[in-house]
Amino acid sequence: MTVIEARGLRKAFGATIALDGVNLRIEEGRILGLIGPNGAGKSTALNAILGLTPYEGELKVLGRNPWTERDHLMRDICFIADVAVLPRWIRVSQALDYVAGVHPRFDRAKAEGFLARTTIRRTSKVRELSKGMVAQLHLALVMAIDARLLVLDEPTLGLDILYRKQFYDSLLNDYFDRSRTIIVTTHQVEEVQHVLTDLMFIDRGRIVLSCSMDEFESRYVEVTVNPEHVAAARALQPMHERQVIGRSILLFDLMTLDKGDRRQLAPFGEVRTPGVADLFVAVLGNQASQAQGVAQ
Amino acid sequence: MNTQSNAVHGSPVDSQAIAPAIMSEAEPFYWSVRRELWENRSIYIAPLAVAGLALFGFSLSSIAGIWEEPLRLNPAQPQAPYDMAAGLMMLTGIVVSVFYCLDALYGERRDRSILFWKSLPVSDLTIVLSKASIPLIVLPLLSFAITFAMQWLMLLVSSAVLLVSGQSVAMLWTNLSFFHMSLLLLYHLLTAHALWPAPVYCWMLLVSGWSRRAPFLWAVLPLVAIAGVENLALHTWHFAALVGGRFIGDAPAVASTGPDMFPTDPMTHIAPAHFLATPGLWIGLAVAAAFLAAAVRLRRYQGPI
Repeated sequence: MTVIEARGLRKAFGATIALDGVNLRIEEGRILGLIGPNGAGKSTALNAILGLTPYEGELKVLGRNPWTERDHLMRDICFIADVAVLPRWIRVSQALDYVAGVHPRFDRAKAEGFLARTTIRRTSKVRELSKGMVAQLHLALVMAIDARLLVLDEPTLGLDILYRKQFYDSLLNDYFDRSRTIIVTTHQVEEVQHVLTDLMFIDRGRIVLSCSMDEFESRYVEVTVNPEHVAAARALQPMHERQVIGRSILLFDLMTLDKGDRRQLAPFGEVRTPGVADLFVAVLGNQASQAQGVAQ
Repeated sequence: MNTQSNAVHGSPVDSQAIAPAIMSEAEPFYWSVRRELWENRSIYIAPLAVAGLALFGFSLSSIAGIWEEPLRLNPAQPQAPYDMAAGLMMLTGIVVSVFYCLDALYGERRDRSILFWKSLPVSDLTIVLSKASIPLIVLPLLSFAITFAMQWLMLLVSSAVLLVSGQSVAMLWTNLSFFHMSLLLLYHLLTAHALWPAPVYCWMLLVSGWSRRAPFLWAVLPLVAIAGVENLALHTWHFAALVGGRFIGDAPAVASTGPDMFPTDPMTHIAPAHFLATPGLWIGLAVAAAFLAAAVRLRRYQGPI
């Protein structure tokens, strides 16, 4: 079942085009990483999906128009838009009461269970909690909601590594199942790489890469080329080249190689799957040079 | 993007399709009103504090009166301190309402918590109505309850003082028609302090949902500007009188009272039918509804500031 389907999704703020004809289709049971530089249109895309902003083009979320049917849709969607959006004055018990009162799909016992694993006290106010604890509280509230789509926009920004790891571990172990769909944006790409099932790069309002993690792993290869083979390896037209401590690391798209086989790269040096961040830099670097080529 | 959904085991989708519990609109509204009281504790703390102070002052003056000649507590004219205290409570209600309304839809954008509220299935209409209900329903009823309790305690204090000083308690209780006074107060609060000033409070709510900073200035300056232009052009103060009258609860048709009569004076004849037939009331409510509709629409587009 398709959770999100967009065709020609556009959004402009005055002369700035935030979304420039985005087409996408996200199936149920996926964890999609939406990756893009600042101002690429990530948040605008998520806001359109969440019915927080009007847009042009066609967009269906769980079969509904998110802008006109938002009130209904929000029973099936949940989101963490940012760290620290829980009101600072609210008590933990009040937050539980409120969500339990207004959300037909909130399981209070489940939320209490998640909180029991933390050091958060029911009587504390959010302002008395550390940033990491606030994120834990928000996640406990959200995970206790039986939603079909969960959107996380930079949910761990500014948290230390322990909280970040814990955050994604809970999400995978305690929340995710094949009937749920998660979209996450983050700058800490490497940390979520193992969590994702799908990857999407967005730049200047356009989707520049979209693939499943399986495709990603079979299609892209990074080779730490031994110095004597650099010329030969370059002849195969890598997507990207970078230097690390005097050695060249070349990133290949196997689809563009004649044989499409990673074994042909083995003689050049150590072959492995690249990090998402490295692919991101490679794809966006190419985008930028293409854009300059078009603009001459 | 093309991704194949992996095999769904045990198909929890089906159970989810049946699951959506139909929740009435009343419950989110109820919890949203409670939410307002959690956040803005001044809604009940301020009236309680003022009532406590008034009661304290009254008790001091009554007790001090025991040793004075002539007795300060006059059982034949008992109304005055009660009116004074009730007036103080009305004033408190107005002040609290103003502060509340100007922050109601502004604070949630400033502290970014609007993103949390919007992640829950509560419509903008429910949120705006729950916020409007604070000055229009909750505060008048709360003011009444607190004033009633305060006046009852005042009555007990003065009875005790009269007993101690050997005066007639019966005279006080006959001259002070306490429950009549309370009913008049409730009527006055709901008409002159809720229905009549509704457009003013709803205007403030709208401004608090619209302005990106200094909602107080944005709420007041246009009114001052209109009044100023009117005065320069026509040498009249009609607009200022209109807004001011609404604001302080000076509803002309609520009851027939003398010019200096307190609204809870036992001689007051309430005129609800007359009040309900006043075009000014309905025009005001229509304007209030328009302001609220605009606030609902605005909140849909608004994010954190």
